[in-house]
Amino acid sequence: MAEVFVFATLNGLVTGLLLFMLASGLTLIFSMMGVLNFAHASFYMLGAYFAYTLSTYIGFWGGLLIAPLIVGCIGAAIERYGLRRVHQSGHVAELVFTFGLAFLIEEAVQFFWGRDTKNYQSPELFDFALFSLFGQEFSAYRGFMIAIACLIFAGLYFILTRSRVGIIIQASISHPQTVANLGHNVPLIFMCVFGVGTALAGVAGVIAGPVLTTFPGMATVLGSIVFVVVVIGGLGSLPGALIASLLVGLLQSYAIAADVGMPELLNLFGVSFDSSHPLDDLWTLNLPQIAPVLPYLLLVLVLIFKPTGLMGNREQ
Amino acid sequence: MSLNRSLYHSQAKKNRLGSQYSLRKIASATIGAVACAFSLTAVNAQEPIRLGFMDPLSGTFASVGTSGLNVLEFAADYFYNSKGGILGGRMIEIVPLDNKQSPTETQLQFRRAVSEELRIIFQGNSSAVANTLNQTIAKHNRRNAGQEVLQINYAAVDPILTNEECSFWHFRFDAHAIMKLDVLTDFMAMNDELSSVYIIGQDYSFGQVVADNTIRLLGEKRPDIKIVGNEFHPIGQVKDFTPYVTKIASSGADAVVTGNFGADMVSLARSIIDSGLDVPIYTFYAAYDGITATLGADGKDRIRLIHTDRANPLASDERREFYRAFKAKHPDSDITQSRLANALMMVVQAMEQAQSTDPYDIAVQLEDMRFTSIAGDELWMRGEDHQLFQPLYISKQTDEGIEFDADNSGFGLFTEYEVGTEETITDHSCRMRRPRR
Repeated sequence: MAEVFVFATLNGLVTGLLLFMLASGLTLIFSMMGVLNFAHASFYMLGAYFAYTLSTYIGFWGGLLIAPLIVGCIGAAIERYGLRRVHQSGHVAELVFTFGLAFLIEEAVQFFWGRDTKNYQSPELFDFALFSLFGQEFSAYRGFMIAIACLIFAGLYFILTRSRVGIIIQASISHPQTVANLGHNVPLIFMCVFGVGTALAGVAGVIAGPVLTTFPGMATVLGSIVFVVVVIGGLGSLPGALIASLLVGLLQSYAIAADVGMPELLNLFGVSFDSSHPLDDLWTLNLPQIAPVLPYLLLVLVLIFKPTGLMGNREQ
Repeated sequence: MSLNRSLYHSQAKKNRLGSQYSLRKIASATIGAVACAFSLTAVNAQEPIRLGFMDPLSGTFASVGTSGLNVLEFAADYFYNSKGGILGGRMIEIVPLDNKQSPTETQLQFRRAVSEELRIIFQGNSSAVANTLNQTIAKHNRRNAGQEVLQINYAAVDPILTNEECSFWHFRFDAHAIMKLDVLTDFMAMNDELSSVYIIGQDYSFGQVVADNTIRLLGEKRPDIKIVGNEFHPIGQVKDFTPYVTKIASSGADAVVTGNFGADMVSLARSIIDSGLDVPIYTFYAAYDGITATLGADGKDRIRLIHTDRANPLASDERREFYRAFKAKHPDSDITQSRLANALMMVVQAMEQAQSTDPYDIAVQLEDMRFTSIAGDELWMRGEDHQLFQPLYISKQTDEGIEFDADNSGFGLFTEYEVGTEETITDHSCRMRRPRR
């Protein structure tokens, strides 16, 4: 049992930190522009595909450096020439714009790269087990994923709270007019933040591509869960996003590992139903089966009891 | 590769537009032949025979559908269109219908097929979709005599389609899950070192059939083998299979059985390999469409498949020629489901015998048809339940003795076990309601 617990924790940590890489960018963009970017997971997919193509020419490390830059530039360009114009028509228009963008990017990816799973491999440097516990291996690459995610959190946190750039960004969020009067180019700041946010999603894609497989559905699979994370964490809150990511990752991982369900619960009360009962499906439900919907359950609960999210302070 | 894809795409789009305008006009336009442009007024005999192909061409499982479309379109051109067509010079045209592997979308696409007068629909992916289509067609055919539609199921393997839910309008060209599992468990039972098995699958009808019957059949053949896990996960929703693999590892299983396909198959195998778990994986669909390339050397001698088409060494020169011609046209694609060619050839033979393209006539001819495939396999379509019987093969992923690899990866499937047509024949519980004519 101990081995399952240890590995469930590690798995949850990896999933959670991966979610954080996406959620951090999303929450950053939200706090700036007040708009949820529905296409955020699509930039994650773009990161993986660019890195795959680059890795066939210049190797994994080149891909890791360049792919997020490309994704960031695309993101910045979309903000400059698309979102900024749409912004004048209000939030709903922006929302619909990013919604359409997500479909557009998915189609584009299928158009250029085809529909097959891409053979995107992690670098050979990490082809060893970081450690072996109870006969199970924890791959070095997963350790690398954890390290990168921690670096990103530390870096972002430092920049936003300790550096001059961070002060200007935070000021443009709360007092854009004043910042503009002080001689700063606020639209440029917005564009850069959008670029950095999408580049972060790109980094997540580059890193997750080899492990979670690179295929055209990868954005859809991750897309909705990222929203759950930022809403649970509190829209616009970076520490909130980290806590919510880890919470969702661990929750899913533990739920899959736990082999308990309705039968055990019913046994506790000494109740049992035979298999011909019309609600048999309900009585035999177990936790691993419903693991993927648990984050959504958490989302509903958080919205009911703390509508601003765990760390959110935004007044609606 | 992308060029080909975009071509299909534009064709699909043209078709979608087509339904809004004059159907016949667009139908001929999609063929792209100028000669067909005056078929509006020309004699009926020159009109193409249009076959619908309904499978996911976008979304999570798009790769499976697209590769099937490649094979079917190529087979139609290679065997018939390039040789002057069928039924006295009529060409075969494949019309793609993208159902995104969703039952709801399937209903919409079926309406479209009916409005475009597509009377024969090839469909394969997901038994849930096949069941929906089966019921929709049965209802439609009851209400629209003379407008019937025929379902050519080339890959959906839920047994009920040729048992409890069998229909006169449905023909299955793949072996159903229990037939395949019977062979697979025979093969597993021969391995004396096997003592415990973990079953994991997608949470829908087919995944459940695999789990239930693996447990039942292994219990009959090798009661000493322990089933140490029986897990379902939501289809197409799992980001990371590592938590599941952790459970597999801690259960101490010697082997894994899974019915997963598409992205769910790659991710699962990838996670098993990455966690250093060295167990064989018995599967239905773990090859081609990028899967073989992604697993590569890590999957060698570890991935085993039960399937209907003999892999390396290919059985006949005719089959080799077909493969080479396909590769010449689609260098980045593979013949992933050659039973699509079998299904097409049998349908065409039925049309030729009946001298008709009417679904009822074709269905009557298909019943109890015996056919020799280009690979030399003897096929038999049982009339009572519309289930095709064919030899079944078990192959493993390897790079030794591979003449035709998968995904251009150097790795491919090597057949190590086979069972003849006669031995795969199983009982059925089909009580078919036949239409009166």
